[in-house]
Amino acid sequence: MRISYPVAPGDFSNAGKVSSTIKSLLKQLNISAKDVKRMVVAIYEAEVNMVAHSYGGQIVCTLEADKAIVEAIDTGPGIPDLDLAMTEGWSTATPEVREMGFGAGMGLPNIKKHTDDLAIETGKDRPTHINMLFRLEGATDGS
Amino acid sequence: MAPDNRLFHHTLKISRELCRGCTHCMKRCPTQAIRIIGGKAHVDSERCIDCGQCMIACPYHAIVIEQSDFEHIYHYQHRIAIVPSLFFAQFDDTVACKDIIQAIRRIGFTDVYIAEFGIDILKALAGRVNVYADENPVISAYCPAVVRLIQIKYPSLLKHINLIRNPAQITALFLRYELEDQNIDPNEIGMFYVTPCAAKYAQILSPSAVSDGIIQGIINLNSLYNLVKTQLAKLSQNKHRLDDFHELPPISSASLVWVLAKGESEANSGRTLAIDEIHNVIEFLDLVEQEDQKNLDFLELRACDTGCTGGILTARNRFLATERLRHIAESLPEHISQQLKIRILKQADKLIRNLKVDRFQAKYSLTLDQDVATAIKKMERSQKILSALPGIDCGLCGSPTCAALAEDIVQGKANIGQCAVLKLRKETSHHALGDVWGEPQSPLSEQ
Repeated sequence: MRISYPVAPGDFSNAGKVSSTIKSLLKQLNISAKDVKRMVVAIYEAEVNMVAHSYGGQIVCTLEADKAIVEAIDTGPGIPDLDLAMTEGWSTATPEVREMGFGAGMGLPNIKKHTDDLAIETGKDRPTHINMLFRLEGATDGS
Repeated sequence: MAPDNRLFHHTLKISRELCRGCTHCMKRCPTQAIRIIGGKAHVDSERCIDCGQCMIACPYHAIVIEQSDFEHIYHYQHRIAIVPSLFFAQFDDTVACKDIIQAIRRIGFTDVYIAEFGIDILKALAGRVNVYADENPVISAYCPAVVRLIQIKYPSLLKHINLIRNPAQITALFLRYELEDQNIDPNEIGMFYVTPCAAKYAQILSPSAVSDGIIQGIINLNSLYNLVKTQLAKLSQNKHRLDDFHELPPISSASLVWVLAKGESEANSGRTLAIDEIHNVIEFLDLVEQEDQKNLDFLELRACDTGCTGGILTARNRFLATERLRHIAESLPEHISQQLKIRILKQADKLIRNLKVDRFQAKYSLTLDQDVATAIKKMERSQKILSALPGIDCGLCGSPTCAALAEDIVQGKANIGQCAVLKLRKETSHHALGDVWGEPQSPLSEQ
């Protein structure tokens, strides 16, 4: 199953709506609470990144019984130095963005922590394509 | 009324005679447990949390709550009414508390206690009572409708629930231990809880609570109110001082208002939050589930607006009842008497051993299928169907929303031919429908 959701740039008041919608969907699918939790954390980070740094884009979920692939695809302006962006605490967020409680420099590191596989295609003045893989542990036991 | 072996006991019933299938209840239900089938409302017992919203919404009084047989109290020699504090707020300022208590005795009870006295018991045991929750923020287990909501909709938050008995049970336990110390036959002690809502009725009759044997019976608050009103008419009025609040059974001022919104949260230390009304609770639990909110220490969550004064079995306007309860609390002492504390401490060991309830189990009645692969297939199909539905959530099909109808179709419980709007737009819509939805069991192919 494949579903995509648009993400608007700069719309901080709605940042989190996409991850929240995906959360409700995952719960209906009886995916374990543990997997739902880590997926939602990673998707939320990707969503906020897109709102804060990109020209907008979409989040695309592809679900199968044993794995989920979530792609965050924006239209630029890209990450010039990916290694630096993967460093905890490093952020290019403006003071305004930080004032809203975002921009702690934990976005990409946090995504990495919660995914089973992470691939990022990006570069200066290019779109960014984040590909997150989650291997699902199966039906939930409520823990 | 034998307890069944399912997890939940339900108390709300729909009268087929009075129900017109008007859809009001279906649209109000916070767990989408209601469908209109054959022109009558039906409740899915796997999803119902007994919050009573349907009863509030029903314009035809077609939703009724189970009643236990009042005569049951006479099976016991000692018949103790455990009355919620808000019962005294169901009457206006012209009724003396002493008269209310006398009326309850005349109806047939040998003694009257206030349920929230249990809070004072816990306070007297302070330092020896633990918080039985695994994670912060701790969620109050007091409102049974909220606990059931978490069981079916937020199972990942179950470990936040403080697994402690409710105040009425703690009061009943204490009174029972004292009576047993006086060598009274335990089989002759009947504790009867007066409930302001359907959820607590269902809780007391849930299989686990029945087997605990702490409370022997339950009485709907509105029926006790009617009986007391009848008695009051017989008593010579205004015999007592009207501000005779010291005549109430033992209770501290804070415990009296504990059931009001913010009552429990303000009695807790740290950063606390109180949320009343079930839809507000759902909005907030969605947030807790997503973002933890670990900076908060305690959450008081109540299904009813204003707290228990908003219970569906109450007789008086919830705002007036709330004001009266606060007014009574003003003249009550801050603490219960020293003598009473000593009596409580005498029972401390037995009480503490019996304060914790069993862990609440998750129920997955909102998932599309137990098997993830099947659930994904069903989701895919329901999304396709949904894209063909009008999206105006009119409810005429018998499901609360277009999305719910799409799921019901996938689950084999409904049929796309039930969509009244598609029927009205027949020609064009059927064409569009064919593009997205070519299933053999489609009613389109039936025509």
